[in-house]
Amino acid sequence: MALTTLKLPELSLVLLMGTSGAGKSTFARRLFRATEIVSSDYCRALVADDENDQSATPDAFALLQYLVGVRLKRGLLTVVDATNVQPEARKVLVQLARDYHVLPTAIILDVPDRVAEDRNQNRPERRHMPRHVVPQQRQQLRRSLKTLKQEGFRHIFHLHGPEEINAVQVIQRDPLYSNRKHETGPFDIIGDVHGCYDELVQLLGKLGYAVEEEPVVDVRDLGVRVTRRAEVAGGRDAISCVSSLNDSLQNKSDQVIQPNNISNDETQNIASLQPYKGAAERRVIFLGDLVDRGPASPQVLRLVMRMVQDGLALCVPGNHDIKLLRHLGGKNVNVQHGFAETLEQLAAESDTFKSQVRQFLDGLVSHYVLDDGRLVVAHAGMREDMQGRGSGAVRAFALFGETTGEIDEFGLPVRYNWASEYRGRAMVVYGHTPVPEAEWLNNTIDIDTGCVFGGQLTALRYPERELVAVPAARVYCEPVRPLNYRALQLLEATQTDLSAQQQHDDLLDIRDVTGKQIIRPRLLPSVTIREENAIAALEVMSRFALNPKWLLYLPPTMSPTETSPLPDLLEHPAEAFDYFRRQGVERVVCEEKHMGSRVVVVLARDEDIARRRFGIVGEGPGKCYTRTGRNFFTDPTLEAAFLTRLQDALLGGNFWEKFQTDWLCLDAELLPWSAKAQELIKNQYAAVAAAADAALPLAEATLTQAATRGLDGVEALLARTSARHTAATHYAEAYRRYCWPVESLGDLRLAPFHLLATEGRTYFDKDHAWHMETLRALSLQDPGLLRATTYHVVNLQDPAAVEAATQWWTDLTEAGGEGMVVKPYDFIPATKKGILQPALKCRGREYLRIIYGPDYLLPGNLERLKERAVKAKRNLALREFALGVEGLERFVAGAPLREVHQCVFGVLALESEAVDPRL
Amino acid sequence: MLLTITTTHQPATDLGYLLHKNPARLQSVDIAYGQAHIFYPEATAERCTAALLLDIDPVALVRNHRGWAGEGFALEQYVNDRPYAASSFMSTALVKAFNTAMNGTCKDRPDLPDTLLPLEATVAALPAANASQLQRLFAPLGYEIETEAHPLDPTVPQWGDSRYFTLRLRHPALRLRDLLSHLYVLISVLDNDKHYYIGQAEADKLLHRGADWLPQHPDREFITRRYLRNLREYVDPTLERLLAGEVDLTITTASPPSPLSQREGELDSSISSSSLTSGLSDLELALKASPPSPWDSALKADAGLGGEAVVEQAEKQSLHDHRLDRVAEEIRRLGAKRVLDLGCGEGKLVRRLLKIPHVEHILGMDVSHRELQRAHERLHILEMPPKQRERLTLVQGSLLYHDPRLSGYDAAAVVEVIEHLDENRLAAFEQVVFARARPGAVLVTTPNADYNQRYETLSAGEFRHQDHRFEWTRAQFAAWAAGVAERHGYRVRVEPLGPEAEEVGAPSQLAVFER
Repeated sequence: MALTTLKLPELSLVLLMGTSGAGKSTFARRLFRATEIVSSDYCRALVADDENDQSATPDAFALLQYLVGVRLKRGLLTVVDATNVQPEARKVLVQLARDYHVLPTAIILDVPDRVAEDRNQNRPERRHMPRHVVPQQRQQLRRSLKTLKQEGFRHIFHLHGPEEINAVQVIQRDPLYSNRKHETGPFDIIGDVHGCYDELVQLLGKLGYAVEEEPVVDVRDLGVRVTRRAEVAGGRDAISCVSSLNDSLQNKSDQVIQPNNISNDETQNIASLQPYKGAAERRVIFLGDLVDRGPASPQVLRLVMRMVQDGLALCVPGNHDIKLLRHLGGKNVNVQHGFAETLEQLAAESDTFKSQVRQFLDGLVSHYVLDDGRLVVAHAGMREDMQGRGSGAVRAFALFGETTGEIDEFGLPVRYNWASEYRGRAMVVYGHTPVPEAEWLNNTIDIDTGCVFGGQLTALRYPERELVAVPAARVYCEPVRPLNYRALQLLEATQTDLSAQQQHDDLLDIRDVTGKQIIRPRLLPSVTIREENAIAALEVMSRFALNPKWLLYLPPTMSPTETSPLPDLLEHPAEAFDYFRRQGVERVVCEEKHMGSRVVVVLARDEDIARRRFGIVGEGPGKCYTRTGRNFFTDPTLEAAFLTRLQDALLGGNFWEKFQTDWLCLDAELLPWSAKAQELIKNQYAAVAAAADAALPLAEATLTQAATRGLDGVEALLARTSARHTAATHYAEAYRRYCWPVESLGDLRLAPFHLLATEGRTYFDKDHAWHMETLRALSLQDPGLLRATTYHVVNLQDPAAVEAATQWWTDLTEAGGEGMVVKPYDFIPATKKGILQPALKCRGREYLRIIYGPDYLLPGNLERLKERAVKAKRNLALREFALGVEGLERFVAGAPLREVHQCVFGVLALESEAVDPRL
Repeated sequence: MLLTITTTHQPATDLGYLLHKNPARLQSVDIAYGQAHIFYPEATAERCTAALLLDIDPVALVRNHRGWAGEGFALEQYVNDRPYAASSFMSTALVKAFNTAMNGTCKDRPDLPDTLLPLEATVAALPAANASQLQRLFAPLGYEIETEAHPLDPTVPQWGDSRYFTLRLRHPALRLRDLLSHLYVLISVLDNDKHYYIGQAEADKLLHRGADWLPQHPDREFITRRYLRNLREYVDPTLERLLAGEVDLTITTASPPSPLSQREGELDSSISSSSLTSGLSDLELALKASPPSPWDSALKADAGLGGEAVVEQAEKQSLHDHRLDRVAEEIRRLGAKRVLDLGCGEGKLVRRLLKIPHVEHILGMDVSHRELQRAHERLHILEMPPKQRERLTLVQGSLLYHDPRLSGYDAAAVVEVIEHLDENRLAAFEQVVFARARPGAVLVTTPNADYNQRYETLSAGEFRHQDHRFEWTRAQFAAWAAGVAERHGYRVRVEPLGPEAEEVGAPSQLAVFER
């Protein structure tokens, strides 16, 4: 009976095979999506405007192979509609399938020559096909049938005649065994056990599972059973967490910290905090290497097999397990590396058990992709381009990882650290290579902490990212290569004790920042960085910015209010209030705007903490940097004095204890303007006033002289010139207000207005009144250096409050103040429309003289200046705000530097967009 | 913004005929971005003064501003001295207002243009490096000169004087058109921020307006160079044409440049990455004191019109050529086939490398997109024959980011680059070049700080270029090089680069790392 359903792996390269006229195109169109089909005829037409131009064949096939490659790389099922009767044509395609770890499938449409020839006769473009073509193709097809399996085809469907071909109604796409995306966990992932049964039982206990012996009734009974212990009320939310940083750090109750690098003691702490929320659904994943070297491999197998049987665990195979499988299959295997012990232990076991083991191991899948692609587990890890794919190479990688082919001085293969280049979205948890400590690197973690070598048996809680471990009862096996050999080597080489991630982060990769980048911050669907902007940012970042490890955050640009309709004013508070009212904001905070330099301060309690937390050696305890990531200070002595003063204030205010942190990140204004901009003020702002003062009085005098002659029109010109003179005087007064000489630290003022982050958390969830009050308290510690910012909370529905705030602004700006910043009361207000402008600036009439030039208020000028539009600036402000928040959130969550840097770089790149800088 | 011209020639009101402007009326002409007003504050038979007052529209100015590409969005341009200074706007207004007088025609009184008159002129506010610069420019033309300085900010006396002067010129006997030509050219020369595009037409204007007096002016080279904004492309031929037929060829112009090498004469291109940051609208740019341009140090040298500075400049130029020749020679000796030029700038080394037969491929990288564009132009990439074109790739990149494109090369040249990096970023540079790219050989050059005392324009502790983050002594460079070599398995030798002087060594130094 003819097949009506063909079952294929969901990710396959399908080769249709058949003579010209066999009905391949019709078959493909009937059963596959049009976009899945890559046809040689179509490619020939694309490159030659003629489907039958045989001279175009080489180019057509080059195009076909290119298209197939791109589709496979992107993980798309692809159907090749070509005769595919020649082995050399198939060979190239099979190689492509292998390159992208996709399974090749052949569907043979085998029709009698006459049928094919008749069909060709009915197609005008094929009518003149030479007579020998079809029979020749069919002969090639026949010869091919014998070798297909050998060529690497995993699924072969041979359909005989039009009836069988037409009978196929459905192509069923089966998920790969490795695809378990629908399983979301939570999981407890356990590293290499190597026969350490006691430690395994102990670890399971810590994880919240109970292991019980069971009577053996049937030979097939495994004699052991594992159950989950009941969930305890309150769950893990009541459990405090341990920071990655430092033992002195106390736990915070309202957050989850994702440890970077957990020392043994801390793992113990975590492990004792049992059981966990979600314990009722938790499942174990074993990362393989259940056997060899250790004292009780059969027991371990029993337990794991039982857990898998009961649906309580998943298991991926390790290289040692596969070796055992080969032995059980009758193959001759090397007894080295601890296999001898396993053989000895198995000798006492029944044949039934051995065959159960064989069956179990044979059924193991190389790796799993879980939780909607967020988690990948494999014994030796998995590169991104291999995840969820199937090929011999994928299986080998899962078992052995990546090796360079070299052999080290211990006779062991030199492993290539694939994780150092890992960029994938999925977290990869693996074992295989014993390490002294489990450490995160680029969202991957090796949790084989060498239990059998006397280390510990480690589990990773997913999604909590927390480590749980038990120490080995003893050294069961001496490692050929010392357990901490690599770590020692590294220490020797670098003389640092930075974490693996920090060392890796010493060097960023140009591919992560250049070209068009699409960033997905949590506050916006996506932010696109255009290539030309990345080009500008690369130059600024490379030439002027600090060590990127300091750059946790760059502040967003800020839009002014919409232009005021009032005469003589460009900006007025009414427009700021209107904006937020329109957006449904009830309360705003009006903060005095200081004219200085915007700075971000990143400061640790001491240099040692800067080294541990930021991975920066020898650059002091902190930095104060500008909006473009450039060091604010050029004088290291002044910088050190400034940071020390700030540290003293933090210490005096008990800040470190209060916020349970030993570093912080502040957003602030550093005064005076002239501290950083002195040269600019001299060369540009003062120079303009000087030029005006050198020219205008003489012009006035000359005009006055001419006026006495009674020349027509001179009076008007004189009046205008005098008005310009007055304007120039006001302009000079305006810039002078923001300048005072800076000779020592005593002349600097820091006005912090956002506490952005401390260890493990950001403060975007706190309202601006909180920020203001928190920083006011800090400012009180050192009023000589720190300036608290005046602010008002304004209820937008209360006309009196609005009026009072407006009056405050008017008084402030008439006295020459820069103006104010209006922010929604909540840092990130919840709205239906997405995010709002985080702040709007409302600048005073006098101040704007230094932005728009001395003459901006003169008749004829202001009218034209009012034509400004703030939309582009606002759009920019939103994108930069979203990236700033994202970068900082990533940093506190312990993301690799490149992920933080991508956001910071993005802000810098966006800043190069052409927007009127006067806004 | 103001120019007045006074004569006491009898009758003084002849000035009205000469200028072709009626003393009894206020007249206005449109100029780019504003108006020029002409009026006479006094007009008697004894004494007559004509005033030219510019009224530049600052709003229109920034709206239609056509600056160098990428410069268009710096905040500082919105607050500028154009409405007040006597600038190139004044020069164009002169032509617009007094065209007939400048051309020496006077329909009503044909003899007047050639009459020598007692003339006075006042210009405000005229920017100049200092008062003596005004002296040097105007004194050779026979003027009696009075200058009045203006403080930068009277409330901050320690800032001293601004760069703006009121200039008063007196000449006992001069044709009016000569005064106008002098002012036309020299006001432009003194203005550092020309508003118009410099092209061949400008060079011709200079020849036209300066024909009578410029060839005899002792500072003619400076005047020509500054008038044409230091664009060598125009300067050299213009100077030659200016001096054509003169016996006294004292100016050391290079032998007539070929169309290709002519472009090499750019002053001070030793800055491998220009500071004209591409398209950055950012506050940081506004904070940069004065954007250093590729001509920056040329201007610096010009400031005093000092002979020493000019000589020093020429010396630096030849040093840079020498440095590039030396590095190219080393690449030749190494027999390198695939060569990196890291910090290639406008491609001067690339051009030398292309000439070496065994060099099969050159990857030129620079962090400055603008420099790469210049390299594209200067190397004539678009017209390059395919065989040559395929030997060269130019890319933007940074020496602080790992870059797989840099792997697989036999040699890398890093000429005058490291001193442009902050010292604490050198560790990243080291990783990128020596640990990751790992070319067979690396050639690093950097200034020798020991030599700095030989530069008279450089005060102690000052660096040779504004963007230098450090300058190392020979001992410092040698120590760094030895450390790098040891950490990454290279052998290194450090040698002096340039003519050596006693005690202080050569101006530059070269480290050759080999694996």
